[in-house]
Amino acid sequence: MLEVRDLHVSYGSIAAVKGLSLTVSPGEVVALVGANGAGKSSTLAAIAGVVAPASGSVELDGVALGGRTPEWIARQGISLVPEGRDVFASLTVAENLHLGTIARADRDSAAEATDRLLARFPVLDRYRDTPAGKLSGGEQQQLAIARALLSAPGILLLDEPSLGLAPKMVDLVFEVVAELREEGVGVLLVEQNALRAVAVADRSYVLRRGELVLAGTREELSQDGQLADLYLS
Amino acid sequence: MENLQYVIDALSLGSLYALFALGVAVVFSIMRLINFAHGELLMVGGFSLLFLSGLPVALRIGLSAVIVVVAALVMERIAFRPVRGARDETLLVTSFAVSYLLQSLAIVIVGSSPRSVGILPQLSKQVHLGTLSVPLLDLVSIAVTAVCLVGLTLFLTRTSLGIQMRAAAENFRMARCLGVPANRVIALAFGISGLLAFVGSLLLTSRTGLVSTGMGTGPVFAAFVATILGGMGSMVGAVLGGYILGSLTVAFQAFLPLEVRSYRDAMVFGVLVLVLVFRPDGIIQPASQKQRV
Repeated sequence: MLEVRDLHVSYGSIAAVKGLSLTVSPGEVVALVGANGAGKSSTLAAIAGVVAPASGSVELDGVALGGRTPEWIARQGISLVPEGRDVFASLTVAENLHLGTIARADRDSAAEATDRLLARFPVLDRYRDTPAGKLSGGEQQQLAIARALLSAPGILLLDEPSLGLAPKMVDLVFEVVAELREEGVGVLLVEQNALRAVAVADRSYVLRRGELVLAGTREELSQDGQLADLYLS
Repeated sequence: MENLQYVIDALSLGSLYALFALGVAVVFSIMRLINFAHGELLMVGGFSLLFLSGLPVALRIGLSAVIVVVAALVMERIAFRPVRGARDETLLVTSFAVSYLLQSLAIVIVGSSPRSVGILPQLSKQVHLGTLSVPLLDLVSIAVTAVCLVGLTLFLTRTSLGIQMRAAAENFRMARCLGVPANRVIALAFGISGLLAFVGSLLLTSRTGLVSTGMGTGPVFAAFVATILGGMGSMVGAVLGGYILGSLTVAFQAFLPLEVRSYRDAMVFGVLVLVLVFRPDGIIQPASQKQRV
């Protein structure tokens, strides 16, 4: 289980996250929603080790992740799909997928796992020798998700996966999120498309200017008129 | 036939510049560090070849290569790892400091006078191609550089470590998030840079027959210019920049009227400035997202 306690993230004098606590269990989809600048991506960056928290703790199955490098955290089973996807544009699809296997504990099964993912995302199989920079936005998002899944993560951090995608592709992304829940992967989903994210998530946290303002299950939040008010304000 | 001679001269000089530039570019592409101390790795290579001159040639070359690679790794571990992630200015000043420190240390140990060194004297022979007489060293320089470039290309495209290096060069932060170990990739970049510095040093020393504490200063300047011309961060660009720099130098040397030939270098750099006016990011702009370590 991923457990974040009293997390504070600052950039110089600017506090991006102020005392956030949350948990993500295996097979659970947790949404983190809020407007621009709410601190969602900073939270993911702190969990992934990309930025150092000012204070607070992040633990995975009781192991402290604070102060560890991104590569160490990746090898513990936390995989990040960043906003903007960050596929390696000059590398081929196959090379990008290979990089996904680096953090995998069981390297022997990497080829088999790659074949499974290529069956799940057939467009990637078609373009395996194509530089990733030549793919469309939706194809790149599929590549970024497939690459992250190849590390066989226990927790997947998804940052704005629907941003800039066609509606059909957004549907596909949310379908994949739902499938991951069935496979026992914990998903921490950051989305500006709050209503869509809350609908797919088991629990959701609403952030505003770095602070937690609302939390609850899908049912609780859907009955609470505050969500739209908070998100739009 | 005379034109073929110029082509061979350009390729030979361009090969040297390409090796120097590639050594600088390999490190820059990942760390965003312009390592001016790369020139001192050439110096270490030159003096290793000098001090090991009693050994059989193959052993002498092999041991010298190992010494330069180890020097590059030690340089990374002691001087650059502590400032990893610092501002560009800090990295630049550190590389200057390391460069001056190593040069000064070398002057204390071996003195500032150039020393003569003989390596593979048979390379000074002339090879006859029809009516053309070409120094064997020129052909060897071209061939050795080609082998290095092909080898590095195969390494970068066919091996897992090579793919990890290319990924790190494009987006270091994302590569780390996928589990690519920063220390290993950066050490590898310095190791490759050291090996390229040694090959450059071997060819340079074979050409001049001299080693000195300042022997790396000119090459590292050429490397710097070539990497800027080719496009900072692009390894292909660095090689291309090296060959363009070599070709321009040979072309101006050959075709400028005698009375203005002493301005050759000024004209070479004038052309480069013109190129940069139209392509400020260099000839090849890498796809990298330019996130420093």
